Amino acid sequence: MRGGGFSSLSRAMFLGFVRDRAALIFSILLPVLFLLFFGSIYKNTSAPKLNLVAVGRVELLAQARQADPGLSRILTISHGRSVAAALADVRKGTDDGAVLQHGNTLVLRFSIADPTKAGLVNSVLGSIVQDANQAASGQPARFTLAASQVEDKSLKAIQYFTPGLLGWALASGAAFGAAITLVSWRENKLLRRLRLAPVGIGSIVGARIGIAVAIGLIQMAVFLAIATLPYFGLQLTSAWWMAIPLVVCGILAFMSIGLLVGAIAKTQQAATAITNLIILPMAFLGGAFIPLDFAPNWVKEASYVMPLRYLVTGMQDVMARGEGPASALPAIGILLGFTLLVGAIAVRMFRWDDI
Amino acid sequence: MSATISVSDLRKAYGDVAAVDGVSFEVTRGEFFGILGPNGAGKTTTLEIIEGLRKPDSGDVTVLGLPAWPRNDQLLPRIGVQLQASSFFERLTAREQIRTFASLYGVPAKNADDMLTTVGLTEQGGLRTEKLSGGQAQRLSIACALVHDPELLFLDEPTGALDPQARRNLWDLLRQISKSGRTVVLTTHHMDEAELLCDRVAIMDRGKILKAGPPAALVREIDQPVRISVQSGLVSAEQAGRLTGTGAGEVTDDGVSLSIATSDPATVLSGLARADALAGLRVQGATLEDVFLSLTGREYRA
Repeated sequence: MRGGGFSSLSRAMFLGFVRDRAALIFSILLPVLFLLFFGSIYKNTSAPKLNLVAVGRVELLAQARQADPGLSRILTISHGRSVAAALADVRKGTDDGAVLQHGNTLVLRFSIADPTKAGLVNSVLGSIVQDANQAASGQPARFTLAASQVEDKSLKAIQYFTPGLLGWALASGAAFGAAITLVSWRENKLLRRLRLAPVGIGSIVGARIGIAVAIGLIQMAVFLAIATLPYFGLQLTSAWWMAIPLVVCGILAFMSIGLLVGAIAKTQQAATAITNLIILPMAFLGGAFIPLDFAPNWVKEASYVMPLRYLVTGMQDVMARGEGPASALPAIGILLGFTLLVGAIAVRMFRWDDI
Repeated sequence: MSATISVSDLRKAYGDVAAVDGVSFEVTRGEFFGILGPNGAGKTTTLEIIEGLRKPDSGDVTVLGLPAWPRNDQLLPRIGVQLQASSFFERLTAREQIRTFASLYGVPAKNADDMLTTVGLTEQGGLRTEKLSGGQAQRLSIACALVHDPELLFLDEPTGALDPQARRNLWDLLRQISKSGRTVVLTTHHMDEAELLCDRVAIMDRGKILKAGPPAALVREIDQPVRISVQSGLVSAEQAGRLTGTGAGEVTDDGVSLSIATSDPATVLSGLARADALAGLRVQGATLEDVFLSLTGREYRA
């Protein structure tokens, strides 16, 4: 009979979830839209491209491209009909520079509307001229520069915000699910009805945890399936599977928040408002929306008290930074400790019904 | 044989307010027992204590020979509870709903479907419970309380917010349930409902039971005059006064009906018959509302 209680309650809760359009939108569709949106915006942040418009024959550019095929990865060159049209394009910002060659002089016209691009286009063309000078001297180069970035080459923006957005989606899904279920079941007296049926509280809580974990793993699967599409290019590092226990512990932690809110709140509206008040600031301060590496110091410091931080950075470590499986253990420990603490308070505050 | 429910000197206070203030009664096997009283009389609290949902401050409650508190896993499968609100799982259909409850009690889905037929909801089985009408939801909720075939059924204000037709349909269902040999305990603030359905009622007010017994006996006990009315203009008030004879009742005529209050209806009726003045005849005996009035001195307001 116990087993029957657990499985039939799980089934009822799962059907209740998949038939709830609002829940599906908020826990899966909205985070996925965020992912698609951020994914498209930041797709090329690692290597900004320069668009040049060349007027007439620009011998130097053609030579440079021949000598260094890699140049075409950062330079796109189009041909302009006239100098006036090319300058107009540069003013509008459609092109980053207009180039023409008068004899041995390479003429560059650029706009300082985008100072970064302006600097870049100057230095790229400067080095092209320098290379040409050096080649013209007939001497082999004496000094060379070997430059490479310190991060793993694959650490593109998608590597940061897939764990971040997934963490936010998991946190809000687990917390809202637990809080709203608890309040609405108390409101419509289903909790009492269950109390009068021969099912243990363990079956009820166990079924709820099982469903929350199942929903969380579905969210994770959807996220990873989208982010690893070649278009977005997420590359999972070897210990990514450690993110699964991490996600389970994260769900437990956020469910405990939800249960506490559900124990305190009297109405569903109150439960929604309180959960929002907890989850939204946490999403901003816990590294879900803003990667902590780029966040101001006070945000970094504040993040240490946010359980979301440990879920997000833990997932980043094993999914994107290529750290070993053991690197997730401290985060798992902190999330479980948080669950025990908040869960114990929630149990103390729990009420079967409103008096 | 011991009583199905035995309650003695039950007390429960919320702060300074005594919700239940020394209540004692017994319910015997197979009985349809009603707890009747206005809102806030303490009916629901009494019922919740008997169901084992609340701990009484003092007093004893045994249900089917077992103590009601603390929550007793032996007892739960033997009782069925229908709560005031429609307590369902969100977004499940009627059939999924009752099957879920059935499996909580280890009852096969087949029995759940049969129960759906018993309460006349086979056609609505595929409908989400949010889409059911008030009467249908109430029937489903009773079906969910009955699905594990309990010996004892608790109903808390089952017809609360229903329209008259739905109420009548539900009464038929409740009579049918009672006939099947189950003990039924019902709380209601509708006097007519208690009078129609219950073998015995306990009239409750301000935490106390004022009187308990079969509705007809309670009504008879207060010895209230019978109200006989006929169409106006058939006989004059004066003639009517003579007809009341030993009844010594009062006669009123509002231009629509002529009413005679009497404790000797036989004489009045035969007098009216002789005068051929029976058109539009209505005879109204006392009701439980009058019993309540005579017990509390105030008009019954649900």
